Amino acid sequence: MKHDKYKDNNLRQYLSFFRMRFIAGLQYRAAALSGISTQFAWGVLGLLLYKAFYETDPNAFPMTFQALASYLWLQQAFLSLFMAWILENEIFQTITSGGIAYELCRPIDLYGMWFVRSMANRLSKAVLRCMPILIFAAFLPSPYGIGLPPDPIAGLGFLLTLVLGFLVVVAFCMLVYISTFFTYSPTGIRMVAISVVEFLSGGVIPLPFLPDKLRWLVELLPFASMQNVPLRVYSGDISGMDILAKAGLQLFWVVALIWLGQSITRVALKRVVVQGG
Amino acid sequence: MIEVKHISKTFRVSRRSAGFSEAFKALFHRQYECIKALDDISFTIEDGEMVGYIGPNGAGKSSTIKVLSGILTPDQGQCNIDGRVPWKNRIEHVRDIGVVFGQRSQLWWDVPVIDSFELLRDIYRIAARTYKDNLEELVTLLNLEDIIRTPARQLSLGQRMRCEIAASLLHSPKILFLDEPTIGLDAVSKLAVREFILQRNKTHKTTVILTTHDMQDIESLTKRIILIGKGKILMDGSLEEIRKQVETSGQNADELSIDEIVASLYHKYQIS
Repeated sequence: MKHDKYKDNNLRQYLSFFRMRFIAGLQYRAAALSGISTQFAWGVLGLLLYKAFYETDPNAFPMTFQALASYLWLQQAFLSLFMAWILENEIFQTITSGGIAYELCRPIDLYGMWFVRSMANRLSKAVLRCMPILIFAAFLPSPYGIGLPPDPIAGLGFLLTLVLGFLVVVAFCMLVYISTFFTYSPTGIRMVAISVVEFLSGGVIPLPFLPDKLRWLVELLPFASMQNVPLRVYSGDISGMDILAKAGLQLFWVVALIWLGQSITRVALKRVVVQGG
Repeated sequence: MIEVKHISKTFRVSRRSAGFSEAFKALFHRQYECIKALDDISFTIEDGEMVGYIGPNGAGKSSTIKVLSGILTPDQGQCNIDGRVPWKNRIEHVRDIGVVFGQRSQLWWDVPVIDSFELLRDIYRIAARTYKDNLEELVTLLNLEDIIRTPARQLSLGQRMRCEIAASLLHSPKILFLDEPTIGLDAVSKLAVREFILQRNKTHKTTVILTTHDMQDIESLTKRIILIGKGKILMDGSLEEIRKQVETSGQNADELSIDEIVASLYHKYQIS
């Protein structure tokens, strides 16, 4: 088949697309600077808040204070990898205003193209922002700063689950983008999706703080496979074989969400109506 | 060769009258109307032909282009372009076509144009040699030397349109769809774009299908004109034949400008 000849070369298309989005993302320096300062402030406020709780009753705390501090700082440093609200307005506009006509004129799979694009967008933001925050947090006195992971396995496990969690986030956001094909206005789904993810992924409070009965269920959902896993692996809250079990669940969600996204895209493209002109 | 047979496409449009009570009613019971964007369209275009596709706003010109470029799936009918069905073999099909939508942009807004070109090179997997030759040719003919190192957002419309046209030809497509390529351009840019399209058709034997409201585009570019109105093809012929049509309705075509001729055609077919 003619198509197969090109398959091994697909990577170059995607890499090139990734590079383009990455370069474009690096252009926004002022946004990065203001992002960093917001995230410093947010991290400090979070710490002060939890400190007050901790001083009242340390036994009611499901994590050590040091583990919680690491959780908060890593969350701020890698915010752009994990926050569901970092969605690209350009993709929504492409669908609602009809710019998608051009995207569909390219010999490339639309889902793959947007997936790579979202990854590049988030990574370019993270690259600009994570180091200042991590360095700052590393110099804070214990237990307020970020500590090293308890052992090398936790460090490696962190990297593995970080990548998987990132893919879960991107695959989930793809569903939000694709839903625009069916609703014409992305606002509603966007708001609901963002608030649900924010809470159920441990973005508002870490998941160990939830009541046990609820937590059991929440931990199985794809949202818990996002920032929850890598951040808790780093601080030692998840360790040993649990890391592998969680990583397995993450992998399952990556595959499931991508499969779902691609299937919906196929249906959407059959009935796509390019708006205007 | 492009063969289109009995293509139809219907869109559903929600309609309501003005006012609060109407808006409230529409919350519970929405009324839809079906609009026939394309109604039994058939035509054949040979390789290397240059065809002008005209008709008033909303006639179905863009919808036809979208069907031919594989973006829109029609409800009925067949379309065969060099052995492929555009909406079924989209990815293979788009390798061989170039498209310019005059009202949209394919260039990345914040980065220099040349970056967008290199992205297209990788997306279309253009061989290094071919890319270099094509780029050189397009840069010379469209006069783009300085422009391509500027971010797209800082280009004038005329400069940008020249870049858009270059972008759609980097992969040496056999067929070029131009959807209102001269919209909003000044006289100099219009002439440059027309001259370039003519050249391209002559030297590369590129099949060109052009939609426009600018009748001078049609006059200077195409011998064959397809007139579409309310989703139906009303005429398919040369400019002379159109003049004759007008004369049969009692007007002297020689005294009329091409715009007036087309306007009287629109009246005759009651599509304006």
